Amino acid sequence: MPRRDDISKVLIIGSGPIVIGQAAEFDYSGAQACKVLLEEGYEVVLVNSNPATIMTDPEFATATYIEPLLPASIARVIERERPDALLPTLGGGTALNLARQLTEDGTLERFGVELIGADYDAIRRAEDRELFRVTMKDAGLRVPRSVVVESIGEAERALPDIGLPAIVRPGFTMGGEGGGIARTEVEYRERVAEGLAASPIHQVLIDESVIGWGEFELEVMRDRNDNVVIVCSIENVDPMGVHTGDSVTVAPQQTLSDPRYQALRDQAITVIRAVGVETGGSNIQFAVHPNTGEIVVIEMNPRVSRSSALASKATGFPIAKIAARLAVGYTLDEIDNDITRVTPASFEPTIDYVVVKWPRFAFEKFPGADGSLSTHMQSVGEAMAIGRTFKQAFVKAMRSRELDVERTAFPDDLLAALETPSHDRYALLFEAIRQGATEEQICARTGIDPWFMAEIAALARGEDPEAGLQRCFKAVDTCAAEFEAATPYFYSGWERQARHEVDRGERPSVVILGSGPNRIGQGIEFDYCCVHAAMTVRESGRDAVMINCNPETVSTDYDTSDRLYFEPLTIEDVLAVIELERPEGVIVQFGGQTPLRLAQGLADAGVPLLGTPVESIHLAEDRPSFGGLLAEVDLKGPPYATAGSPEEALTAADGVGYPLLVRPSYVLGGRAMEICYSREGLADYLERHSNDSASVPNPSRTAEGGRPAGTIFLDRFLENAIEVDVDALCDGESVRIGAIMQHVEEAGVHSGDSACVIPAMSLGPEMIRQVETATERLALRLGVVGLINIQFAVHGDDELYVIEANPRASRTVPFVSKAVGVPLAKVACRLMLGERLADIELDIPAVPGHVSVKEAVLPFGRFPRADSLLGPEMKSTGEVMGVASDYPAAFGKAQAAAGAELPISGTVFISVTDGDKPTATQLAASLHDLGFEVLATGGTAQAIRRMGVPVERILKLSEGSPNVVERIESGGVDLVVNTPTGSGARADGYEIRRAAVARGIPCITTMSGASAAQRAIRARRSDPPEPIPLQELHGNRSAAGRSPAAAGRASE
Amino acid sequence: MSAYVLLEDGTRFDGEAAGALEGFGRDAESFASVAATGEVVFNTAMCGYQEAVSDPSYRGQIITFTYPLIGNYGVSGDHMESDSVHARAVIMREGIDREDSALAEGGWLTWLADGGIPAITGVDTRALVRHIRDQGAMRGGVFGGELSEDDAMDLVRAEPSMTGADLAKEVTPGEPVVLDPLNAGGGPRIAALDTGIKDSIVRNLRERGATVELHPCDTSAEALLARSPDAVFLANGPGDPAALDYIVETVRELIGQKPVWGICLGHQLLCRAVGLDTAKLRFGHRGANHPVKDLATGRIDITSQNHGFAVLGPGGERTIDTDEPVRWDTDFGAAELSQLNLYDRTVEGLVLKDVPASTVQYHPEAGPGPHDSLYLFDRFMETLAA
Ligand SMILES: Nc1ncnc2c1ncn2[C@@H]1O[C@H](COP(=O)(O)OP(=O)(O)O)[C@@H](O)[C@H]1O
Ligand SMILES: Nc1ncnc2c1ncn2[C@@H]1O[C@H](COP(=O)(O)OP(=O)(O)O)[C@@H](O)[C@H]1O
Ligand SMILES: [Mg+2]
Ligand SMILES: [Mg+2]
Repeated sequence: MPRRDDISKVLIIGSGPIVIGQAAEFDYSGAQACKVLLEEGYEVVLVNSNPATIMTDPEFATATYIEPLLPASIARVIERERPDALLPTLGGGTALNLARQLTEDGTLERFGVELIGADYDAIRRAEDRELFRVTMKDAGLRVPRSVVVESIGEAERALPDIGLPAIVRPGFTMGGEGGGIARTEVEYRERVAEGLAASPIHQVLIDESVIGWGEFELEVMRDRNDNVVIVCSIENVDPMGVHTGDSVTVAPQQTLSDPRYQALRDQAITVIRAVGVETGGSNIQFAVHPNTGEIVVIEMNPRVSRSSALASKATGFPIAKIAARLAVGYTLDEIDNDITRVTPASFEPTIDYVVVKWPRFAFEKFPGADGSLSTHMQSVGEAMAIGRTFKQAFVKAMRSRELDVERTAFPDDLLAALETPSHDRYALLFEAIRQGATEEQICARTGIDPWFMAEIAALARGEDPEAGLQRCFKAVDTCAAEFEAATPYFYSGWERQARHEVDRGERPSVVILGSGPNRIGQGIEFDYCCVHAAMTVRESGRDAVMINCNPETVSTDYDTSDRLYFEPLTIEDVLAVIELERPEGVIVQFGGQTPLRLAQGLADAGVPLLGTPVESIHLAEDRPSFGGLLAEVDLKGPPYATAGSPEEALTAADGVGYPLLVRPSYVLGGRAMEICYSREGLADYLERHSNDSASVPNPSRTAEGGRPAGTIFLDRFLENAIEVDVDALCDGESVRIGAIMQHVEEAGVHSGDSACVIPAMSLGPEMIRQVETATERLALRLGVVGLINIQFAVHGDDELYVIEANPRASRTVPFVSKAVGVPLAKVACRLMLGERLADIELDIPAVPGHVSVKEAVLPFGRFPRADSLLGPEMKSTGEVMGVASDYPAAFGKAQAAAGAELPISGTVFISVTDGDKPTATQLAASLHDLGFEVLATGGTAQAIRRMGVPVERILKLSEGSPNVVERIESGGVDLVVNTPTGSGARADGYEIRRAAVARGIPCITTMSGASAAQRAIRARRSDPPEPIPLQELHGNRSAAGRSPAAAGRASE
Repeated sequence: MSAYVLLEDGTRFDGEAAGALEGFGRDAESFASVAATGEVVFNTAMCGYQEAVSDPSYRGQIITFTYPLIGNYGVSGDHMESDSVHARAVIMREGIDREDSALAEGGWLTWLADGGIPAITGVDTRALVRHIRDQGAMRGGVFGGELSEDDAMDLVRAEPSMTGADLAKEVTPGEPVVLDPLNAGGGPRIAALDTGIKDSIVRNLRERGATVELHPCDTSAEALLARSPDAVFLANGPGDPAALDYIVETVRELIGQKPVWGICLGHQLLCRAVGLDTAKLRFGHRGANHPVKDLATGRIDITSQNHGFAVLGPGGERTIDTDEPVRWDTDFGAAELSQLNLYDRTVEGLVLKDVPASTVQYHPEAGPGPHDSLYLFDRFMETLAA
């Protein structure tokens, strides 16, 4: 059946902010789908709250709504746009659940919107774990024994049947959130209790454990003629019990014989038919008993997923693209395989290489969270590598992770330690082998298949799978070379003789270095910039060459560049590509710190770098020389000092003065940065950080500017300063400011974690001018060509301090671009390619006609035992954007989009430091006027009462019972305002915030944040503002609806 | 110990000796004695290596596996498609010799060595496959490092070409074999002309209640009909169908007498028997991922494939450019295209309209490969039951 003509307008829902378990893979899938549907001539309406996505670029849809992903706001979009169909399978669990809700509340029916891809029943059969079990049983498939319980009592009655260990999974949470493994009866009660609390429907599923069985995933596609193909099989090296997202995985499966693999294949086909996914891709997870071969079905995701993105990159089969075509009527045999161009999509890719994916964790950022792995996902990113053999791919993937720290100290009993899977289990495993443990011993403790064990052990013993061989670049072609590949997608393998398959052609090329695996502090924003660079390079008539190793991203879509090299971002790997490509230049400015770290090495190797010269990068990154530079252009930085040892630090500190901000030299995203208010505080910090010698800076990634690891930086901490972020363009001669962002939280909360607003709300014209001139001077002095990001702190009324300058694209570039309607990264790229600002027509509105608020999204829910306090160390995984005609409305939208929708009424709990009490009483008063009950602890309550505001006093945790923590846990609080009284892990504040996070109650930790919230709450009580698409906000400046393929080589 | 692959056009790929090539005496004769020559072909399936080498259809051929890691789960009696290895030699990127998989009864490389099968590992198989893809399947050999390239080339040249080769006689049984049903039975009696039948074909028939008789491929039609079977099955097998006129003759006499079903070589023989032509493919179909469309149902199966020759279209063309069931006029009435390969649009199956006979080029029995087409066995049994 060809394209459906009975529908013309399709609604696509994105997956929202990057969170653990739902990341950039949905931008990749969504962007592909939008592209395809536009090419097919459909109107595309897109809703996504995440500004840092390619899919929300205006040219990827006919109408792009940056709105909270909540039923109400989507209903408003539907009402305004009247789409014919909703394609819910591209936005992860978020989009599926919204589709379910919009069906249940009648919205879709009311506006006559048809669900395509997966219908309501299929979604429920797959997403409702109980219904899924029944469906599987009816289809004659085996699932783990399990019960659904809604109370501890029921759980205890079920225990004998289920047995221990047991797997606890809360109903309707994502990525296994709130679930876990119970090994003892005590743990069993704890987990169930946690699970019941985490589940919105107060329901948990308890599974018989199949821990230690092999874990396999199959990516399946089905069309409306019931043709089914398996795109890829993926085997987890970490057996059942470790979330696939946290496991090292391999494609294709390695350990199953053909009969066993075919049995899985047969079951996968049965599953997709039984669940009734009409068209598109599904991810199906199985557990296979290593000896008996017995198979149980674990789950199926009736949509594109992290694994489908991995499978697409691993095979070259673009699952999302094809799923979108299937959804609008085509069948598999009617769609071309655009890698071979001569064969149809109705086939199963076969590959002649090995693909290994490694997770990237960030436990070092969440003190208190133990690093053990379980059934809920905790990794923040992943790296994929392709090799000729498993060993080649495995070591390549390891080096692709770009770890900032490496483990060097190990427990005495390694084997015992290996029994509990942990984020660094392979470091332990390698060490165990080196210390002489046998493969059998380790298999016995870990359940890792002996085949993988043997391969990994060989590596641990020092086998080098590249030794004596030559690097050669081979193509990913979906067919093991049976047909000629038309799509230039390459990886390097090691063979006796280098026979490259790359045909570089004659056109000049520009190499763009990507940002590697996502991690906290370096995420999708940078991939967004790299993709824009690729588009711009292609528009300039040059070949865009992308190097990256992150399978989730748009940058590693073979459609994005003219040639894609799926390689690690290390100097050796990058130079190898450059040697082959002989590019006109290399762009290091868009991939965050990763390429910046390579700049010097590339320059030394004589590689031409486009844009800002490497000297300037060094100048800006090396704090002492940067200090000098500030003085030169007479700008102030906070007083600072550097010290080589704890002793030095203590003395130097007195010179700088307290409070101060301490950090080791190897920071990324403010890692290990802390504020010390006193000599004692500092001593304590130095103490604590001398003990984590268990992890030392990875030698290949030490201090910016090559300062020796172990150097300690001390900056005077500017209290209650307003932080300001600027993104600006510079061609070396003139400067254009993209936007001045004012942070909602004061300086001291990492720029990546604080909400910020465009235009700046409370800076006077005088200060704005100061910021502008400071930006110009710095950019020009540094000789920036491209983008620069500067962070300022405004202290007192008129003191402007420069906190840092990053001579590169920053995290805020996508947000700013969408707020002002100018694609900064594209313009920056044109400057790097030699154009002048003077010749580029840019209408950046001095003051935009609307207010844009960016809010950070934090992963504390995933690390229940870590403090949810914000500080100079970045902890957020993603961001959302709220746009409206006024600040409060925009702020409210941003909060709602970030998952902390502000209450319109109810009870607010306030507990603040003495310094904050005056402001807090004002806050209490206005919230009281809005009809809120006010609840406060001793001191705060007094202050509020003095204002004549009725307030209920409640005990702190430490003061006994009944106390505020209990009240929060029992659901008696709707909003928490709690400013930190110094840190210290188990303080009252910590417990309060933990309880709030656990219950999903908005918890505001700064007064500035609180007053913004108060205004937003007031705004929320009037009618919600009408949603407006980007294309209208910016007066269609951006050629809405034009197929983005036109922005590069046509993709078909 | 070093080893190399040499193709008849002089292209050479180096690697290490494995299987029977390993640890032999160092003198020229013994090198010559273990050197293997044959048609060098490639298989793109990602597992099922043991099924492949024990498939009689690979007689006279050297298999290059495109998947780089071969041997991961060892070898086991369950994975045999016949009682011995038929491939002449094996070319791999990385051969693995482990027996610690729960499934393994032995290590793959050791097993090859014990079976006297030369093998080579460490070869840039992708480069080799790209060469064959572009130049077509050709003769070649696998040699120990010390054997001079000239001596090796002489051995390669001495190798008879696949075109015109009768290899069926090498794999057919000396005596008829009768195999009982694997279930309650009571099913039809099926006489197969055994040109190298795969065990999984026999198993699939017996599992459906059939009694299967395997006859030497030179058995005459009378002799076969004298057994009064309910149907005749034409098996898969190695070599060039054009070299098997004596079997084609037999088949002519059987068509119309009994329902006939053929797979792979059997398909080609039946087609030749009704007067159609076959020709050699550039590099053949060998793998487990080829899409085949059933023109009657519109359904697409992912199929297991292993053949180097194909049946030509009604006008003698190599590919069919429509998805319509085109027809041939044959000596036995109309033949209709029933299955089409969506990869290269070659003929994958046909039915005779006026007599009970049908055939497929691919391998519905899988072994190794997807099970999508197993229903063809049910279909066949149903036609017999009816
Ligand atoms: N019955 C079980 N026994 C052991 N481990 C399990 C079981 N069920 C799930 N798991 C583990 O938990 C992980 C997450 O479970 P899954 O059902 O896939 O939830 P999610 O929706 O988070 O992917 C799986 O990857 C698997 O490793
Ligand atoms: N001297 C200072 N006074 C107050 N806050 C500061 C100071 N220096 C840094 N900060 C805070 O710490 C955060 C991180 O510092 P920054 O230098 O930007 O590190 P990163 O390189 O991780 O962005 C800033 O966003 C700011 O909120
Ligand atoms: Mg899962
Ligand atoms: Mg910063």
